[in-house]
Amino acid sequence: MPVDDTDRRLLRHLQADPEQTIATLADRAGLSEAGCARRLDRLRARGVLKGRQAVIDWRRLGWAVEVSLRLTLDKTDPRAFDDLIAAARQVPEVLEIQTFLGRVDVRLGVIARDLAHYQELYRDRILTLPHIADIEALMHIADIKQGEALPL
Amino acid sequence: MPPAPPPPRQSAPCMMDLDATDRAILRALAQDATLSAAALGRRLGLGQPATWRRIRRLQEGGALAGQRLVLDRAALGFGVTVFLGISLGTKGRVSLGDFERAVTAIPEVQTVQHILGLYDYRLRVVARDLADFERVLRRRIMTLPGIAQVDANVLLSEERRPGPL
Repeated sequence: MPVDDTDRRLLRHLQADPEQTIATLADRAGLSEAGCARRLDRLRARGVLKGRQAVIDWRRLGWAVEVSLRLTLDKTDPRAFDDLIAAARQVPEVLEIQTFLGRVDVRLGVIARDLAHYQELYRDRILTLPHIADIEALMHIADIKQGEALPL
Repeated sequence: MPPAPPPPRQSAPCMMDLDATDRAILRALAQDATLSAAALGRRLGLGQPATWRRIRRLQEGGALAGQRLVLDRAALGFGVTVFLGISLGTKGRVSLGDFERAVTAIPEVQTVQHILGLYDYRLRVVARDLADFERVLRRRIMTLPGIAQVDANVLLSEERRPGPL
């Protein structure tokens, strides 16, 4: 059975407030509690609703600097992507690894305690990653919209 | 003249101090926030009340900043995610506030980050497919106030790492 409009409405409400109780969610989505629970179970069983994760505020933990590093790789080596990703996983300060189709091949989301720490990290752990042809750094100033909500 | 003292290492206000148990709790909840305090405590060899108190402290101190749903985007009909680098034109005359209000209101725009570097803003945009993305780009993004240049990269894969805990 495909995802229907009621499922979408349910997920839209849940997405806006992931910690609400089933009773509140059922009320907001205009469903019975049992019907709401049944739908959530079905969405979980089918892998549409994969889970819920806590969001960590790294700034509060003393990681004040956040940088997007956009990498272009030397693609003459067929193992360039695999090698780089495997090596990037070994750097604890790398929070995100994304691959792209476009001018940028890979983006690493990196955090550091301060600018001095970032410089150290950049020199010792990032520039030493394999197969990098070019790097651009974008320094993160502020989050204007967060949460990655889907327009359900 | 005496040499100037080294500048102090900058630290964020209200920075939280964590011990190994706090870090284990953050790591576990960042994977699965539905874990109960009892289940989490069993895993860490800690009682339910003690675990619950630690979670509360992490929430009140702001280390735990809410939760997010993990959804299968493709199963919900969103086949394409694109990152846009946006530069605003004629700086000084464009109101950042106007741009930010307008871009935040676009439902397909999932995140907006103000950045320093090659661009002014970085957007994460979802769409049903490339044709739908083109519609969002032309009708919603290119019509934003002050927009001068857009650079697009289509997301192929994405991995979230646990971070330095």
